[in-house]
Amino acid sequence: MKNFTRRKSAIAFLMALPLIVIIGSLVLYPAIYSLYLATLNKSMERFVGLANFSFLFKRETFWMVVKQSVIFAVTAVFFKALIGLFVAHFVHNLPAKGQRMWRGMLLVPWVIPPAMSTLAWLWLFDPSYSAFNWIFESFGAKGIPWLGDPYWARFAVILVNVWFGAPFFMIMYLAALKSVPEQLYEAAAIDGANWWQKLRFITLPMMRNIISITVLFSLIVTFANFDIVRVLTAGGPVDQTHVFATWAFRVGIEGNDIPLGACVSLFMLPILGIAAVFILRDVTRRVGET
Amino acid sequence: MATPAAATVPASRPGLGSMRSDRRRALYWSYFFLVLFVIFFLTPPLYMLITSLKTSAEISTGTNPWWVFSPTLQNYKELLTSPTYLTFFRNSAIVSVLVVTITMAVSILAAFSLSRMKFWGSATLATGVFLTYLIPETLLFIPLFKIFVFVQEWTGIELINHWWVLLILYPTLTVPFCTWIMIGYFSSIPKELDEAALIDGASYTQMLTKIFIPVALPGIIAATIFAFTVSWAQFLYPLAFTTSADQLVLPVGIITTLIKGDVFNWGQIMTGALLGAAPPLIIYAFLMDYYIAGLTAGATKG
Repeated sequence: MKNFTRRKSAIAFLMALPLIVIIGSLVLYPAIYSLYLATLNKSMERFVGLANFSFLFKRETFWMVVKQSVIFAVTAVFFKALIGLFVAHFVHNLPAKGQRMWRGMLLVPWVIPPAMSTLAWLWLFDPSYSAFNWIFESFGAKGIPWLGDPYWARFAVILVNVWFGAPFFMIMYLAALKSVPEQLYEAAAIDGANWWQKLRFITLPMMRNIISITVLFSLIVTFANFDIVRVLTAGGPVDQTHVFATWAFRVGIEGNDIPLGACVSLFMLPILGIAAVFILRDVTRRVGET
Repeated sequence: MATPAAATVPASRPGLGSMRSDRRRALYWSYFFLVLFVIFFLTPPLYMLITSLKTSAEISTGTNPWWVFSPTLQNYKELLTSPTYLTFFRNSAIVSVLVVTITMAVSILAAFSLSRMKFWGSATLATGVFLTYLIPETLLFIPLFKIFVFVQEWTGIELINHWWVLLILYPTLTVPFCTWIMIGYFSSIPKELDEAALIDGASYTQMLTKIFIPVALPGIIAATIFAFTVSWAQFLYPLAFTTSADQLVLPVGIITTLIKGDVFNWGQIMTGALLGAAPPLIIYAFLMDYYIAGLTAGATKG
């Protein structure tokens, strides 16, 4: 019997081995290695300690990237969550038969590869043939320099991110809404609750866990976003829309300063770590409930 | 039972009529806002389609950009006969299909072992899989780049600038998520089922192929679609690790080769992007429910 259990766990270990190898060599090792890389000088010959970090702290661009990353992630996640919640409610209101079609249309942005859809946005924002400005101008209003002006460029990257990510929230919230028992709403209706009270006292508490998991998860993904900013503005105008990922790419790969690039991307780590701890807590709580 | 009682309240009662009309009004508002959101969500893909049907001449005149006055399939014809574009498409297809195969093989085995056969550290590993899923590729591409350079210096194996290097990189994005949702699906299979099989003398391989894979098929389909979508859409890794035109995959290929200097050939770019977006869209049109099941399972299931 002892032999059998030993054999069983050996087989189990072998089955999980490819997974362990992939995670160990291509995720864990690089993650730790980048900590080491960040302490080298540009030509990677000399250990310089925390000099790369103190160099970054003195650069204005770095603080701009910090600011922009935070504004970008927080604003985008907020609007994604809000739009997702609203749209999920509207879809949930529909008779069951028509829901599938609407859900299908509303999920399209999430299905198209972001690099491709951002190209469409880039063309919609085009300075001379902008399809948006054409509409404004046909109403007699002035066109907007969408990607040429720092404020509008920031607005544009956030808008595209919201467009891309809101469907994900919609689908998660829709799944959560379906799990709220209908009787609760009926009981509330008999008690004379209005829609706000229903939302405040039934829907939100019942969905709290899924809302927090989705928001935290999206915060990680948005904070680490690369595709949209890279394709839409490539960080411009004058580095105003860079987030950590795109600036790390510019510095590390294009600027050929691998240690500094590693250093920049490492700044994402604490935020990812904090979010991950909370997600894990919520996920295990959820597992405990079911 | 409170529900039927509420439903059979006589219609003469004042509150009920207004409740029904409230509901109808809520429905109309729902449709109204949903139409607005659908317009917002579908504008970019529709605009891709509109532009792809235009000639360069029509694009550069100041006419209404939202309408096609002289539709043409010229852009499609040119792209679908252009050897470079077909190379991107072929590279993307090969990479995605192989990544899906590798991912499913690795994650089904791992999920089976982690959900049913405990070994030392297996619980920690299951949590670790989920945490790995949260580490973004934007954190890893720089150390990986350096590691690949290092490997080349030491062994002579040239890892950078070959499409097949993506086969090593993409599984880091797909395997953790797929394993995670497969663990969820496998755990929901009743224990009695495999205990009975064990008593009947089934081996672990038989248990996996005869019970787990058939029963968890919806989860496997969801994971497959997810792995395909991720590897088809990935942009950062190919941008950092491949540069030669014959090694590029679609997203990077379109962006780096169709934009020549400051000249944007928008008709072709939009056609290329639309054709590049087509495979995931087609798969999703047929298998939407699995895709959604996979998405929602990922964040909610244990």
